[in-house]
Amino acid sequence: MMIKLTGGKVYDPANNVNGEVRDIYFADGRIVPAPADGRFDKEYDLRGRVIMAGAIDPHTHIGGGKVTIARTLLPEDHAKDEVAHTALTRAGTGHAVPSTMVTGYRYAEMGYTSAFEPAMLPANARQAHMEMGDTPLLDKGAFVMLGSDDFLLRLMASKASFEQIKDYIAWTMHASQALAVKVVNPGGISAFKFNQRKLDLDEKHVYYGITPREIILTLARGLLELGVTHPLHVHGCNLGIPGNVETTLATIRATDGLPLHLTHIQFHSYATEGDRHFSSGAAQIADLLKKYPHISIDVGQVMFGATCTASGDSMRQYTGAKNADPKRWVVMDIECDAGCGVVPFRYRDKSYVHALQWAIGLETFLLCDDPWRIFLTTDHPNGAPFYTYPHLIRLLMDRDFRRETMHRVNQDALKYSTLPMLEREYSMYEIAVLTRAGPARSLGLKDLGHVGPGARADITVYKDDANRERMFTTPELVFKNGELIVRDGKVIKIVNGATHVARPEYDRSIEKPLKEYFDRYLTVRMENFRMSDDEIIDGGRGEVIVQPTRARTSS
Amino acid sequence: MTAHAEGDRPGEGSHTYDNVTCPFCGLLCDDLQITRTGSTLKVTNGCPRAVAGFQRPLPPAKPQVRGAEVTLDEAVKAAADLVRQSKLPLYGGMATDVAGARAIMALADRTCGVVDHALSESSYRNTRVVQTSGWIMSTLSETRNRADLIIIVGTDVHKLHGRFFDRIVTPEHTMFDGFGNKRTVVFIGEGLDTSAAKGPRIEEVITLPVSKDRIPELLAAISARVRGFPVPAPEAPAQPAPKKGGLFAALMPGSKSAAPAAVHEIAGVPFDAIEAVAEKCRKAHYGVMVWSPPSLSMPQADLTVHMMTEIIRELNVTTRFAGLSLGGSEGGPSAVSTCTWQTGYPLRVSFANGKPEYDSYRYNIARMLTEGEGDLLLWVASIGTDIGLPQTKLPTVVLGTPGLRLAQPPTVFIPVGTPGVDTAGQMIRCDNVVSLPMQDLGRSNLPRTADVLAAIEAAL
Repeated sequence: MMIKLTGGKVYDPANNVNGEVRDIYFADGRIVPAPADGRFDKEYDLRGRVIMAGAIDPHTHIGGGKVTIARTLLPEDHAKDEVAHTALTRAGTGHAVPSTMVTGYRYAEMGYTSAFEPAMLPANARQAHMEMGDTPLLDKGAFVMLGSDDFLLRLMASKASFEQIKDYIAWTMHASQALAVKVVNPGGISAFKFNQRKLDLDEKHVYYGITPREIILTLARGLLELGVTHPLHVHGCNLGIPGNVETTLATIRATDGLPLHLTHIQFHSYATEGDRHFSSGAAQIADLLKKYPHISIDVGQVMFGATCTASGDSMRQYTGAKNADPKRWVVMDIECDAGCGVVPFRYRDKSYVHALQWAIGLETFLLCDDPWRIFLTTDHPNGAPFYTYPHLIRLLMDRDFRRETMHRVNQDALKYSTLPMLEREYSMYEIAVLTRAGPARSLGLKDLGHVGPGARADITVYKDDANRERMFTTPELVFKNGELIVRDGKVIKIVNGATHVARPEYDRSIEKPLKEYFDRYLTVRMENFRMSDDEIIDGGRGEVIVQPTRARTSS
Repeated sequence: MTAHAEGDRPGEGSHTYDNVTCPFCGLLCDDLQITRTGSTLKVTNGCPRAVAGFQRPLPPAKPQVRGAEVTLDEAVKAAADLVRQSKLPLYGGMATDVAGARAIMALADRTCGVVDHALSESSYRNTRVVQTSGWIMSTLSETRNRADLIIIVGTDVHKLHGRFFDRIVTPEHTMFDGFGNKRTVVFIGEGLDTSAAKGPRIEEVITLPVSKDRIPELLAAISARVRGFPVPAPEAPAQPAPKKGGLFAALMPGSKSAAPAAVHEIAGVPFDAIEAVAEKCRKAHYGVMVWSPPSLSMPQADLTVHMMTEIIRELNVTTRFAGLSLGGSEGGPSAVSTCTWQTGYPLRVSFANGKPEYDSYRYNIARMLTEGEGDLLLWVASIGTDIGLPQTKLPTVVLGTPGLRLAQPPTVFIPVGTPGVDTAGQMIRCDNVVSLPMQDLGRSNLPRTADVLAAIEAAL
């Protein structure tokens, strides 16, 4: 069926379309050129509406063990936001860590059609995919965590060949059905198991004798040579520690031309000025990033209110647990593979520290002048639940609104941030880059994040509204694969999204040492550790889409 | 659904399956080798429980409605009729894999029912602790390679999980030279089988024999000692106090030394032995405290779990220590996790108002049955034969493995396959981290629980 969207104002940065009035046609789930005969089966008159591709969240914790631990921890938070079933939708709960179906519904109702889980532990990959399989309406994918897994650390400590390390990275991506690779507190999760409480960029792991710098460079170079589109996704050392801006700057300088993505950089941009020895380092980072065009970031914006922090960084979460609110938290050491820490938290606008975190996030957005290298995230649920995005968009697009909001936060905090001096307002086009085109390009999603011919017909239609929060909260129409799934901000049809993976080449002989390792040390067989496509497809519940990788190279 | 509810799949040759995952306890050992000849299975390397589970002869079983044999389609239709007429269906048992749990959740959500697992009473001993204070936990592989001190509390692990020692405590190899190479194993409890704690990895085995109901006392003493608080010996029974000036008399010099020295015991265990264990805890590089929630049958066992998790928390101020909870039989972790990711709540959820409502007391299906709540029980028991249908006057629909112990004939009985034996699927391990693929070993043509439930939902 040929569908025509007539007369909307289109923001499609991937195709350099900036607010031009265009007609869009799609058929069989894909956007197509205007048919020569001009015929169509159904038309939506969208004059005066704003059209963008379906939004993409490139970093949101939506599936896997730590998310379900977070769900378990906070029954009283769910009780305030219980969602009844309808003839169409399943029951569930929302707020800080929503249940899987509610996650899918609420993302779609906000105009999002794809979301990526950034911290899938290899040992927990199967469950992460099962949870994402229960998250309807969204395409999804996951970044597999490496860097504190003993197999990699053993390879590095024993000076294994770099080709073997690359084979292992690629094998893990295949086995866990991953799109990209993330490193979290490089080596630090493992070091914590050896009772190290801190691991700076050049500090040696007490057992393996290797440093976070070496781990980051090994993985970053490995992914580059494997041809994986998304560069190493880095949750750096020293998260949340005042003064960690120096670590972050050093990490950026360490890359020396290697591409890298620094995630939730807000949590890594803290300087030590002032009476409280806690100030913003956002300006220093934004300055340095101008000289490193191969580095991208996402923000991890903090928003005020209760949430739950859930991270693979067991070392830092253990230390942060003293601030848990309510006072309960979980830390786990996991399978000689990784770890996790789940700590409920409440960000308060009158708190100096929290207001400064909020300001640092906004500063980062406003100071980074290349929207293609910065993505809009709250690191859901760590900085705030994802449904605060429309509010965040308004803070970025509306200077007056931002100023009003600034009046309500701790005023001392603003003295240690450049935020009050920043006049910039994001344009609609830039928002489309931040939430669509940029993440799609960075993740290598060829047919998502744009509305040119050939793209999947994931399309969001907004009423143009000067109140940008209202506008982005309730899209008028959302199409997923060409199906109308949301009308006036309410789900009207359920479809299942696909799972995106990347499969760089590797030499199968890596399975020999891997099998020995699994048999000798672990409690799962290598053969059972690997996930098959069928487990995701699951009789039609899911679909696997293999995104292209560049040819493998060697340095 | 193409499978038929028949017991046998006869007339096939012998076939060997490798890397088979065992569904019969929460450890989900996945290194079994099983040979099938016709519909008979032979386990090469399983624990007694695995052997009993896989090799149990499967009695022939047909779907039944009110005692009469019917076709699967008729049974599904009869079940759907009962579900449709019910105002508050109770979905219990839940002994199945993730796909089965998903199907139960879908049906319960749609029909405004209540979900609970047959063994969840014991899992709430952990859940209550997580939901009030949290904890620090380890997993099977981490413990296997890293622990230099393993303290087993009130649980006859060797009996419940026959390969735990073999796979976790005493394997020949450890990944870390100099860490966890030699380990001390401490048993806290009476009558625990310590025979498996042997071999070159085991440096010392200590037993603190204490009756189950006094384990909390003993843990309290360890808790005090790891925090550095003194646990003074009790004084001898006081002499009858003089009627006047008793307080002064007690303060008079020499009145203390007049009492005979008391034996310093806690819960019948010499204090020195407890102190020695507390000292080992403080000196451990990576200690792990192990328990199985079903074994902690003392009253308010969640407080015992809490005592352990608080000891662990305290020890982490200076060293590394973690908990490891076993148990997890009958697909418990799969049911709990699926319910948690789909509703936010770890079972005992009612959809009666359309929304998920969680109350670990109110929506305990065993309690509801006793007190006459609910009007239909749909019971899923696809793994072991021991979690049979509870006694109830309600109409019942049972999806069970053939041979399931039944207190009374169910209104509708539908034989279903066991995940990992008759049907493929996925299950979640007791540490709630690892999940494993379950193979279809071709023992029978019994249908998947998930497919039967989907058929019932479709027939509503």
